[in-house]
Amino acid sequence: MPIRLSIVPTAIATPVPAVIVVENLVKRYGEVQALTGISFAVRRGTTTALLGGNGAGKTTTLSILLGVLLPTSGAISILGEDMLRHRHRVLPRMNFTSPYVDLPKRLSVRENLTVYARLYGLRDARARIRELADELQLGDFLDRGYGTLSAGQRTRVSLAKALLNRPEVLLLDEPTASLDPDVGDRMRSYLEAYQRESHCTMLLATHNMGEVERMCTDIVMLRGGLVVDRGAPAELIARYGRDNMEQVFLDVARKRPDADEEETG
Amino acid sequence: MNPAASLRRIGALVLRHMYLLRKSWPRVISLAYYPTVTMIMWAFITVYLAPTNNVLSDAPGFFIGAVLLWDILFRGQLGVSLSFFEEMYSRNLGNLFVSPLRPWELIAGQLVMSVIRTVIGVGGAALVAWLLFRYSIFSMGFPLLAFFVNLIVLGWAIGLAVSGMVLRWGLGAEELAWAAIFLLAPVSGVYYPISVLPDWLQWIAHAVPASHVFEGMREVLLRHTFSFDLFFTALGLNVLYMIAGVSVYLLAIRHARERGMLLQMGE
Repeated sequence: MPIRLSIVPTAIATPVPAVIVVENLVKRYGEVQALTGISFAVRRGTTTALLGGNGAGKTTTLSILLGVLLPTSGAISILGEDMLRHRHRVLPRMNFTSPYVDLPKRLSVRENLTVYARLYGLRDARARIRELADELQLGDFLDRGYGTLSAGQRTRVSLAKALLNRPEVLLLDEPTASLDPDVGDRMRSYLEAYQRESHCTMLLATHNMGEVERMCTDIVMLRGGLVVDRGAPAELIARYGRDNMEQVFLDVARKRPDADEEETG
Repeated sequence: MNPAASLRRIGALVLRHMYLLRKSWPRVISLAYYPTVTMIMWAFITVYLAPTNNVLSDAPGFFIGAVLLWDILFRGQLGVSLSFFEEMYSRNLGNLFVSPLRPWELIAGQLVMSVIRTVIGVGGAALVAWLLFRYSIFSMGFPLLAFFVNLIVLGWAIGLAVSGMVLRWGLGAEELAWAAIFLLAPVSGVYYPISVLPDWLQWIAHAVPASHVFEGMREVLLRHTFSFDLFFTALGLNVLYMIAGVSVYLLAIRHARERGMLLQMGE
């Protein structure tokens, strides 16, 4: 008797699983409370923005997710692994870019990428570097010293480093800072295409609200180490009765009284 | 844990430093420059004193051997510390710590670079010693390997502790890298036996692995015997020093992870 397959629309029946799960994360530096029990989840293949003014807790959250900062308490799971106990199981499958973390300046772009390709255990480093150089237009300065590059060029190299290992989880700290609008737009398109193709999960910390509206499916809004609101960009814009995320951001950052009612801590 | 993956990551770190050395000849030359100049100075002191000094007439390589061995310790320590400082100068620590590189692999990479820098530095000086003064450090034979191991391990222990302190207190503490080793020089008995020190200082000297190495060197050069007692005493002490050095380093990394310093570290 032939086996009959029951056709279940799993994509609809099953909710998209969360790849990043943050629960009750607390970080204290002595008397200073940097994070006050924040929780959020990022679904597979989506981009979530961490928004907030300076000192809201975005960098602290990203640093804890990357394992370079230890939380005071709380739990983090990435790709099903407990990041606080087994981060080295997950790190090969994720990556990170920030304009505030440099690469060795005296090494050429190619040398830097070769070193990181080996650190991430790439089998064919040369081919991957060539591929990224084409896609991110690094060809003109691949053999130039990283220290001689403009801020925009460095941002692209940093992005190339972050994509070397074809990460399943990508943490982006202002990925298009220092880029002119044209190159910034190309980079965003590239990241969107990469996500479509690889179902990569992205967490983005940025002050570029246009970028958020374009790239993000969800937003987590932070203020003073608390999650003060969350939702899809359109949802938040509607809820605050505003025209765009820039205005919503200003409402939250300037602590409009009626925004406080939304606090979810 | 996958040993092949670990080796690949250690290799990546070494490659990063080799790229740097390869394109900076002044760096390579400076590795050998100081040991060579110091060796030449002690060689001429030997030439001057040998006719009137029994020790030097019996063992003309006494000072040259001592200065070359001392440089194994010094270069070994600098090799570890400077590799770490390079990552701080270039604000690269953040990228390294979010990569799959584990702390012990970072340490292993620093140790390999220490051996490479020491071989370049001391090797260059040893070659000049042979060319100019017909003194070969290899004339010590097998004991040279024993001395090398003990001195470079002590250099690693101090280098790791210095790296940890710089990670803890920032590049302002960088001077430690140059100063730390000289603190040990008077009690290491590089050019004189420990017995010439005051009693209380001898106690301190006996706790320093280098003093047993240099006592051992004098045994080899003057009495042509290798003292296993001195070798194993130095080795035992080195195990303790290495445990202390690695602990200071790992504690500093832990502290940096608690304070969130790894993404901010730099010039």
